[in-house]
Amino acid sequence: MTWQIMKKIAKTGIATEKPPAAVEVEALTIHDEILKILGRALTIREIDAGSCNGCELEINALSNLYYNLEGLGIKFVASPRHADLLLITGPISRNMSTALAMTYEATPTPKVVVAVGDCAINGGIFGESYATIGGASKVLSVDLEIPGCPPEPIVILQGILSAVRYRLGSRSS
Amino acid sequence: MKLAELDLTLESMNSPFAIYRVAVDSDVWEECASAIRQGHGQLVTMWASQQSAKSFIVSAIYSVQGDGLLWLNLILEKGSKGYPDISGLFPVAKRMQRTIHDLIGLEAIGGDDQRPWLNHGMWPYNYFPLRKDLSGFEVADPESATDYPFVEVAGEGVHEIAVGPVHAGIIEPGHFRFSVVGEKTLRLEERLGYAHKGVDKAFERMSAQEGYRLAGRMSGDSTVAYSWAYCMALESAWKWRVPEQALYLRALLLERERIANHLGDLGAIANDAGFAFGLTHFMRLKELWLRTNKELFGHRFMMDSILPGGTNVDLTEGFLEAILLQCRKFRLEVKELQNIYDDHSGLQDRFMHTGVVENELAVRLGLTGLAGRASGIAQDSRVDSPTFPYTQMEVNISSQLEGDVAARVAVRFEEIFESLRLIEHILQDLPAGDCYAPWTKTEPPGVGAGLVEGWRGGIFVALTLSKGGRIDRCHVHDPSWQNWPVLEYAVIGDIVPDFPLINKSFNLTYSGHDR
Repeated sequence: MTWQIMKKIAKTGIATEKPPAAVEVEALTIHDEILKILGRALTIREIDAGSCNGCELEINALSNLYYNLEGLGIKFVASPRHADLLLITGPISRNMSTALAMTYEATPTPKVVVAVGDCAINGGIFGESYATIGGASKVLSVDLEIPGCPPEPIVILQGILSAVRYRLGSRSS
Repeated sequence: MKLAELDLTLESMNSPFAIYRVAVDSDVWEECASAIRQGHGQLVTMWASQQSAKSFIVSAIYSVQGDGLLWLNLILEKGSKGYPDISGLFPVAKRMQRTIHDLIGLEAIGGDDQRPWLNHGMWPYNYFPLRKDLSGFEVADPESATDYPFVEVAGEGVHEIAVGPVHAGIIEPGHFRFSVVGEKTLRLEERLGYAHKGVDKAFERMSAQEGYRLAGRMSGDSTVAYSWAYCMALESAWKWRVPEQALYLRALLLERERIANHLGDLGAIANDAGFAFGLTHFMRLKELWLRTNKELFGHRFMMDSILPGGTNVDLTEGFLEAILLQCRKFRLEVKELQNIYDDHSGLQDRFMHTGVVENELAVRLGLTGLAGRASGIAQDSRVDSPTFPYTQMEVNISSQLEGDVAARVAVRFEEIFESLRLIEHILQDLPAGDCYAPWTKTEPPGVGAGLVEGWRGGIFVALTLSKGGRIDRCHVHDPSWQNWPVLEYAVIGDIVPDFPLINKSFNLTYSGHDR
């Protein structure tokens, strides 16, 4: 049993990719910045506010070995009380608005808020209606928007890095 | 049973699978429900629509094994406030009837559960968005906050655990209320609707030809299945002839979607049993699979690849070879991982006898799709109601009897191998020609139906078109409607920490259910 697992691990090798050239410089700087400013890993809490689950699939994919999110010093946490950054998806369904506000409140300040996907930016194809508020910026102060339906993992990663640089960087100076 | 036994004048619809439509009154509505229950048929879905100022129709789809689908239209008498409850015969009707009330204000007369379902008090309880005199854009103050009346379990030592709608992981929103003694679950009650986006009303604002994009966003993980079901409904309503190559390509996309989701689930289920190695390897395989999607179809989940009239797939050079090579590689890798899973006693210990849904219960509650097949219900629309090109292939149904997490894992493994085989079959037989045929005639009113076996189970679309190519009503049904209530039974007697594992082994959609 153990033998089979060891064999598979050895055969697969290291699949983790370097961040694409354009991101790499930024990624390394951000890694340093995160360390300098926070002195520890950047923690993220994701909130699905009525998404179709497409954005969740891509945010989940960020944790696979190709993107090596934790290697950059970024990790997802279970509680908003442990989070530095909130990732919000979906057109902000009215039925999620209370839970969203409570999660936001539970996140310690300073907090960075990132809207992921077209729906979280302006409601996307669902728009604004009796059931949806139509965009995270209508209820919270949003630091950065990442467009796409859904945005690909590498684009989400770029977005997270820029948001951190923008907010945490501006605070340290 | 046979549909002929119902003694109705059935109208055969112009769909690529067998479906018959008939208008009934409330007596026949009840008689049919009871005859179909006795004849071991199942309720697929229910919805309601408004025809004119005071005229309403309640519709139900039944599946009668071996004889196709039956579409009943109950035309309500003017001034009537509701229709007869059928949840006594088909428990799955409960939440559908509560939804009909929330969306259009018709009551299931005699139903024992009249609590709101999608309306959480964020808009007035007497606001019914599907009424034709409303735009769906109305925004009023929320109702004053009240607690949702969960069913309480009494007894010494019983306490409640409330979970959600924001969960610990990166998953969709829903609320679970556990009543437990010690670690043991006595009862689970779900509360869904958090992802309600007013989709039914949003469809009414769209043209028939653009509705596929909204249908493709009911549940991101099933975008191919939904958009195909929508297009099938529209094409059958307009008698739109779609090239054979396009249909083959749609099946290729559908099987690729099934494999992508099964790969992800097999990793996530093992992870919930503490076997991170499984997650790492299956996430690696899934990522490779999605990247190939992006390369060949321009989108990792193949969103909007299927559109009315065909597909927008570009058959580039080396397309077939790339897919065939990938299929060969994946078959070996998945087999290797399957052996590791099977031989891992710790993993099997968590999988076996956990979250059991026995066949008798599964049949009574109408469990369907992948989870149904893991509980011995050997049904699959690709076999029971096949549409071209599945009529040209012999799809092997994967089925298990135990109904536990292990069975749902085994069905996923088998279905990956079967889908890989089907993909090779599809590519071998891929006809030459076009993958798209534009619509050049006028856009007439009409009615159409679509049915596609997504990776969770059968996705059904009922589409009514008005003049000028507008959507009058579009009802989309996800198999999660059937399976969510069964999950409440699957966890009884198991310990609370097994819930994530059991839940993941079903992996139902919240968004597709809440719409």
